Amino acid sequence: MINNISKKLLTLVALVFVLTLNTFAQDGDAAAGETLFKNNCAQCHATDASVVVGPGLAGIEDRRDAAWLKKWINNPAAVISSGDKYAVELYEKFNKTQMTAFPAYGDAEIKNILAYVKTANAAPAAAAPGAAVAAPAQETSGGKFFNIVLVALLVIMALVLVALLAVLRLLSTVAKGESLEDVPSAMDSLKSTLKSLSANKTIVTAVIWMFVLLGTKATLDGLYKIGVHQGYAPTQPINFSHKLHAGDMEINCAYCHTGVYKGKQSGIPSSSICMNCHNTIKRESPEIQKIYTAIEKNQPIEWVRVHNLPDLAYFNHSQHTNVAGLDCENCHGDIKNMEVVQQRHTLTMGWCIDCHRKTDVNSKGNAYYDALLTAHNSTSKEAMKVEDIGGLECAKCHY
Amino acid sequence: MENTNKRYWKGIEELKNDISVVKNADKEFNLEGLEGGTYRRDFLKMLGFGVAAVSLAACNAPVRHTIPYLNKPEDIEPGIPNYYASTFAQAGSYCSILVKTREGRPVKIEGNKMSGVTKGGVNAQVHASLLSLYDNERLKEPTKGGKKITWAELDKEVSAALASSSNIRVVSNTILSPSTKSVLADFASKYPSAKHVTYDSNSASALIEANGTSFGKAAIPSYLFNKANVIVGINCDFLGTWLSPIEHAAQWAETRRLSSAKGGKKTMSRHYQFETGMSMTGANADYRGMFKPSQEGVFVANLYNRISGIMGVGSQLSVAKGDFENIDKCAKDLVAAKGASLVVSGSNDVSVQTIVNGINSLLGNLGNTIDFGTTVNYKQGSDAAMNQFVAELKSGAVDAVIFLDSNPVYDHLLGADIAEGLKKAKLSVAIADRANETASLCTYLALNTHYLESWGDASPKAGYYSLTQPVISNIFNSRQGESSLLAWAGKSSDYQAYVKNVWSSGILNGKTWIQALHDGVYESPNTTVAGASFSGNLADAAAKVSSVKSSGIELYVFENVTIGTGIQANNPWLQETPDPVSKVTWENTAAFSQKTAADLGLEVGDWVNLTIGVNTVELPILIQPGQANDTVTVAMGYGRTAAGKAGNVGVAMLPLLKGAATASNLWVGGAKIEKTKSGYTLAQTQTHETYMGREAVVQESVLSEYVKNSKAGRFEPMIATSDGLKKPYSITLWNGHEKKNHSWGMVIDLNTCTGCAACVVSCQAENNVSVVGKAEVARAREMHWIRIDRYYSSDAPEEEGYSVSGYKAMETASANPEVVFQPLMCQHCSNAPCETVCPVLATTHSSEGLNQMTYNRCVGTRYCANNCPYKVRRFNWFKYFENDNFDFHFNNELGRMVINPDVTVRSRGVIEKCSMCVQRIQAGKLTAKKEKRRPVDGEIETACSQSCPTNAITFGDMLDPESRVSKLLVQEEEGRRFQLLEEINVIPQVNYLVKIRNKDGVKKAEAVAHTDHAEHAGH
Repeated sequence: MINNISKKLLTLVALVFVLTLNTFAQDGDAAAGETLFKNNCAQCHATDASVVVGPGLAGIEDRRDAAWLKKWINNPAAVISSGDKYAVELYEKFNKTQMTAFPAYGDAEIKNILAYVKTANAAPAAAAPGAAVAAPAQETSGGKFFNIVLVALLVIMALVLVALLAVLRLLSTVAKGESLEDVPSAMDSLKSTLKSLSANKTIVTAVIWMFVLLGTKATLDGLYKIGVHQGYAPTQPINFSHKLHAGDMEINCAYCHTGVYKGKQSGIPSSSICMNCHNTIKRESPEIQKIYTAIEKNQPIEWVRVHNLPDLAYFNHSQHTNVAGLDCENCHGDIKNMEVVQQRHTLTMGWCIDCHRKTDVNSKGNAYYDALLTAHNSTSKEAMKVEDIGGLECAKCHY
Repeated sequence: MENTNKRYWKGIEELKNDISVVKNADKEFNLEGLEGGTYRRDFLKMLGFGVAAVSLAACNAPVRHTIPYLNKPEDIEPGIPNYYASTFAQAGSYCSILVKTREGRPVKIEGNKMSGVTKGGVNAQVHASLLSLYDNERLKEPTKGGKKITWAELDKEVSAALASSSNIRVVSNTILSPSTKSVLADFASKYPSAKHVTYDSNSASALIEANGTSFGKAAIPSYLFNKANVIVGINCDFLGTWLSPIEHAAQWAETRRLSSAKGGKKTMSRHYQFETGMSMTGANADYRGMFKPSQEGVFVANLYNRISGIMGVGSQLSVAKGDFENIDKCAKDLVAAKGASLVVSGSNDVSVQTIVNGINSLLGNLGNTIDFGTTVNYKQGSDAAMNQFVAELKSGAVDAVIFLDSNPVYDHLLGADIAEGLKKAKLSVAIADRANETASLCTYLALNTHYLESWGDASPKAGYYSLTQPVISNIFNSRQGESSLLAWAGKSSDYQAYVKNVWSSGILNGKTWIQALHDGVYESPNTTVAGASFSGNLADAAAKVSSVKSSGIELYVFENVTIGTGIQANNPWLQETPDPVSKVTWENTAAFSQKTAADLGLEVGDWVNLTIGVNTVELPILIQPGQANDTVTVAMGYGRTAAGKAGNVGVAMLPLLKGAATASNLWVGGAKIEKTKSGYTLAQTQTHETYMGREAVVQESVLSEYVKNSKAGRFEPMIATSDGLKKPYSITLWNGHEKKNHSWGMVIDLNTCTGCAACVVSCQAENNVSVVGKAEVARAREMHWIRIDRYYSSDAPEEEGYSVSGYKAMETASANPEVVFQPLMCQHCSNAPCETVCPVLATTHSSEGLNQMTYNRCVGTRYCANNCPYKVRRFNWFKYFENDNFDFHFNNELGRMVINPDVTVRSRGVIEKCSMCVQRIQAGKLTAKKEKRRPVDGEIETACSQSCPTNAITFGDMLDPESRVSKLLVQEEEGRRFQLLEEINVIPQVNYLVKIRNKDGVKKAEAVAHTDHAEHAGH
């Protein structure tokens, strides 16, 4: 057993070593390359040899040299029209679909991407440990399970209590020396007990009060839920699966939701973004055909809004994603596993406030917060929370 | 307290303790007209409805859709504004602007700082032009005889009719655009009989003509107010409406700015104003005099004589010596500042302008403060050409007429003649945005676009060019006028290409088209200031002005700052913006001096019939301090009949002037006044929102005192305690609020605020402030978040001091009072009285010094408004959107496109107030955070501070030592800085700087012209 573990450890160490070596040898930053690749290339290319939209990139460096690649990536149209044999063949092979140009990519970016492709191919196992994402969604299902267990336990305890009482009673009659026949039937004794209970004013009042209080609480709870649509999962005009796109295909959220790091709205992708991939992939699918119909009819797709904030609340995505560095899952739940998107959280003010109380300000490396942080640290040993810099003030969200 | 011998009053009513003022002095809102209370049955009904509504709402949430673009334009990201440089050029008014658009719709107009002309300033009319874009009463289709017609048919019919016409006229207001002029030239080359006639409603034709005869240059020079030490305006509202008010105001303010720092600037220009009614410019003058309009010529001739007398050059003009208030002093100051003085006149009388030219020439101002090296194009109208056109039209000689974005039937003196003559023209086409007074009489209406939907350009001055680009596609089936003309001239109607071609071939020199479009402007100014030599016929001019006879009560018609000549009359923002001086909204009034009103037996609240010859109009009266006796002043631009629901208010004045010899100069004598009814309440904001008698809100002094003591005029209240007198801020019951991050604040310089109301409209646009209409304004329920208080002051002669007669003098309304403008918004008190009284914590304090108002928490008790010492809180008495009782832009879908999506539209029953543009603060901070830096000063501006043409309002972070606000506060700490009502220790975030007048000294007996009319009794 121990042997086994140490062996595994050794392989891991070796792997990491090889990886680092690899990175050095490549003279490119594989980590930076990974971000670039996932955000911009992964929609069409795989790191292995399999074809997605375009060719797989495994062994690309053996096939083409760096200069050609740069020319191609920056402006594929120019390379094709220059009559480059390889390029023309590629173009023909992929149904005359031309690759998107990335004119801004310089040598460094391309090297980084190539480095990533190489590491991905050298160690497919190393791609696995990426599960460090917090999954707050589990918290709610965990809560439910806990409730069920609690109720079950209570029921069992009640049953045990009843059984014990019955046994106790039986034993006490026996101990008193009374015959078992004289013992009033369980039913009769229950009746007499109830009678005596209903005659007791204190108990009656207590019971009535209990009902009133429970009723009030239920009403209040109900009222508080007005306008809260937790679990809202409307049917969308197109059966779009986030699980497939964001989960299985690992497409970066910002690829489609282009505004999420930039502005107030994350944005629903325009049909043109769908067409980046779906002009070749699964064109025949009836769901994809809906997009084509929309484009032909010049009629935009009317998606149903899942997450609705009231107009009186101002929410800005970029403050939370870009500045605070929060993951989308924080508020939207485990999107990567949702076939149909649903509202996972209450989106109530209490929920917002709660998070603002608990969350540390992402102040690291952001000069905006420097002075605030110094001031905070001089008076407190706790980490600086959003609350501490005015995150609970009304006019942060209401104006 | 230095100011004890001065009493400030907002209106005659207040000074006289009018019953309406006294009754409402302790009330924030006028509650009259609210009937009944809440009854049990109503309460139960409401309760029942409430329960039902809540349960219904709980059943099912409405499905909300979110609709993305099919093909998203690359430069539009939902939620992120885009800015485009463009140009406002309307009938010669010019402003270089930036248009903020959200998801492809313009939501705000801001100034373009790259412009060398307007330098980032914007005025009320330019701000409000945004709302004119979303005017639901613009026509939707081109029409023929009032019926819809397609563009193809219209083009065919109009082209055919033009081809068979032998005498074509194109009538327009001043056109600043070189491209439009080129289009007109192309049109004329296709139809050689076509002539272009230019007119201006408020014409400067005489100025151009006089410059032609005086200097041999028939053009308007640049006036350099910033180089003048003595400025004299003669019936010339150069800060408000004359030629280029934004530009002039900035120049004027440059000479009025002071610094209390050691070695700081302690000199300022001296501004004289001589006029008939109290104009905004007159209200800002140091010394002011009044004359009847018939005396204008005599006045300038007298001024000439006095100057030439002192200087000993030039011959005296033969004109009767007149005695005018302050004229001798003015002449003396002008001579002392020769070469650095400036005399301007708004007169449209060639003789008057010739004498003014003579004065400037005598003083050596040409080539110094008057620059013929850079002539301006703001007014190009020719009265002679227009009169000739009207005569020809009436005679039937003109067989085809095209009105290019002009409405002379309403806004020209001969409008009635044009309406009559139009019947004789075979072809009449109006290129207009609605069936206005002129267009409704024309056969064809070629629907014009709004300028925000159009391409175009402008050349306000020689060497200065700017571009107009569309920021939204055409909302209706309209086509811009130039394209229409090109189509009828048989050319390509692609006006974008046309403008680009004009610019690439003739204007751009080294700069690319894209760069020019980005900047909005292209400038290659002539930097040498050129003069001209005077050769005008002064004797002839003097003879002409002497022959003008004064007769009875004289009517003087003027252009006001908000409505102007009435082009944008159907703009509820402009209608509801109070006139800077009279503070009247939604209508024009007949302004009389106190003496004249008393002579005629008129009182506040009366209406009069004003008769000139056979024409009579009925108007409400206004008793206007500073009005010349025996005159009545009325604004033009009102009384439109085909502008739209908001615009058809007030009374049209130009028809009254028709036929009078003096008409082109907008005045006429022999007015008959007859009282018709009384008891009317003007929708006038001046006495609303009182300070309950705490009068130290205005602090002022004169330059001579200020030079000696930079704290002159400061009122520093002290609180009596058991330990002796203490400063109010040193004793407190409050805990205060810690500000660690930012402390947003403002400094408002009363010296450079002209009262122009640009900030009021800018704020209204930025913050979705509702328009409430005349009836509600009359009830003191206007919603403006920033108001400009206008105080008159009665000045008792100092020697009378604390005597009985001194106090009595203070109670007399001056016939010619001094005026103070004071912009007032929420002061964001650090010890805010409103916060402590809110029972639901709807108004709270932020850690950045802001007083926050949370609408969704407000239950409408109005305790806060009652407890606000500045009366800046506004209550939503009604739901002002989607409500047919408030049928303004919030009541139609098109109008609601103007709403700023970042600011909540408030509903009924909540209080609202200035938020210091917290949405802009938040956006600015976010940008800084994203770029991992602190916000830079100037990056975050409030709507009011940003649009101020004179930079009177400075906004910034008072914790940032490098910000302009902090520097100003340091500079003025031991100087002019004061806060309103310091004695109540609320510690506002807004600071004011004492107003300094360039007067010789504290008033002596000289200044006060006591009116000796009997006190009005009977209230």
